Amino acid sequence: MSKKVLGIAGILGFLLTWELIPRLGIIEARFLPPASDVIAALAGYVPLTAFWGAVSETLLAWFLGLTAAVALAVVLGFVVGSSPFLRRCTNSTVEFLRPIPSVALIPLAVLLFGVKIQSSLMLIIYASFWQVFIQVLYGVADVDNVAMQTARSYGLKTAARVRHVVFPTALPYLMTGVRLAASVALILAITAELVIGSPGLGREIALAQSGGAISGMYALILTTGLIGVVINLLMRLVERRTLSWHSSIRSEVIV
Amino acid sequence: MRIAKGLLYALGLPALLVLAWWAGTTGAKNFFVPTPGALVSTFTDTWFGNRILTDVLPSLGRLFVGVLSAIILGILAGLLIGSVRWLRALTEPVLEFFRAVPPPVLVPVLMLLMCITDGMKVAVIISGCIWPVLLNTIEGVRAIDGVLSDSARTYGISGWARVRYLVLPSAGPQVMAGVRQCLSIGLILMVISEMFASSSGLGFTIVQFQRSFAVPEMWSGIVILGLIGVAMSLIFQFTERHILRWYHGLREVENAA
Repeated sequence: MSKKVLGIAGILGFLLTWELIPRLGIIEARFLPPASDVIAALAGYVPLTAFWGAVSETLLAWFLGLTAAVALAVVLGFVVGSSPFLRRCTNSTVEFLRPIPSVALIPLAVLLFGVKIQSSLMLIIYASFWQVFIQVLYGVADVDNVAMQTARSYGLKTAARVRHVVFPTALPYLMTGVRLAASVALILAITAELVIGSPGLGREIALAQSGGAISGMYALILTTGLIGVVINLLMRLVERRTLSWHSSIRSEVIV
Repeated sequence: MRIAKGLLYALGLPALLVLAWWAGTTGAKNFFVPTPGALVSTFTDTWFGNRILTDVLPSLGRLFVGVLSAIILGILAGLLIGSVRWLRALTEPVLEFFRAVPPPVLVPVLMLLMCITDGMKVAVIISGCIWPVLLNTIEGVRAIDGVLSDSARTYGISGWARVRYLVLPSAGPQVMAGVRQCLSIGLILMVISEMFASSSGLGFTIVQFQRSFAVPEMWSGIVILGLIGVAMSLIFQFTERHILRWYHGLREVENAA
């Protein structure tokens, strides 16, 4: 209970500090408008369809990119992960491609797709794919030998073994990967819109900044943060739901 | 024999991929994709000259300063917040929010506040990289084993010795996980801050190539960013293995048992 009160006090204290810094003239209000102005600007955005249009563009790119990346990573991860031969072959290539920063692909995306949603998707898919793929590889490699041999001696076919032995083992890893990928995908969606100018919140931020609508820019940034918080909460909820049977979640509930 | 086999596994697929790329581009004249030979020669022409002094090294310098300050600040603040219970409860929601803000949106903000200077680019890197380190350190400090903590107290270990011998080692694995995230975010932010507002640096140069349709040069820029990413991850792995030697050893023993 007191933890909640302290948390709310922390938020209020932060807003108060933010309000006071420009009011006392430590930073000019021209560059950092007081919190009340920004919240008023955000409230002004809420009834506008253009604002919700930008939010939905961003979320659409986020969702499509994340789904495609997860689907691709799961399929490839299970195929590569379940064959030691493929794992050894691909190891060096994966270790080389994975650390390549996705922003390195920005110029290529612009050249290929211009300022369309495909540019955002290309960056999002590349960045989130590795997060999930690596986790799935770890997960598939983690399968208990005894469980696998038991399944084999009970005569389970390959499909059934994947469904009942490999998949449950890899699921916690997969969910960790998806949770990481979800926040990475949001970062890349906003980045692509900000730098390339594909439609969405990021482009609105760049426009507001160059148009001198400073309170509006801060309001939009606040929005991206709120979207980020919601996505984090949602992903944690999904993880909890899908892994309710797993000991890591069950032990959390008991304690 | 064993080494040859390992080498074959490590190089087989990359060799096949390069071969496919070569076969795919040599016949057809594709504007967007240069041939491997052209890329290599452009790469050496473009980057091994003046440019390494004017663009590459300053970028890397900013990245290094930014990431290092973010790590130090993050660990210090994390130790403080993690060990004081009420401070943790007070700051938790605000920090959760800051972590959720996608770091690239900080570029326009800091551009306003600090103008376009080297300091601003370093500030962008710090303000984006600090969150994973900070939050992981808080989490690591919070999760110190109760028995260890009580034993340290019973033996009268307090102050700096407690931080040095109890808190830092037990939070170490978590902190390193944060540092790993921080490195890749730092590289991304270095490139973005230069793409947005700069007249020099790697990000600026690559965007310049793309705008003037110098496609092989642009590809060589992508390659150099990739190489920097790979080098950073190798350095990190080496350092992590060195710092967390005891931890990996412990894990091996536990797994063997």
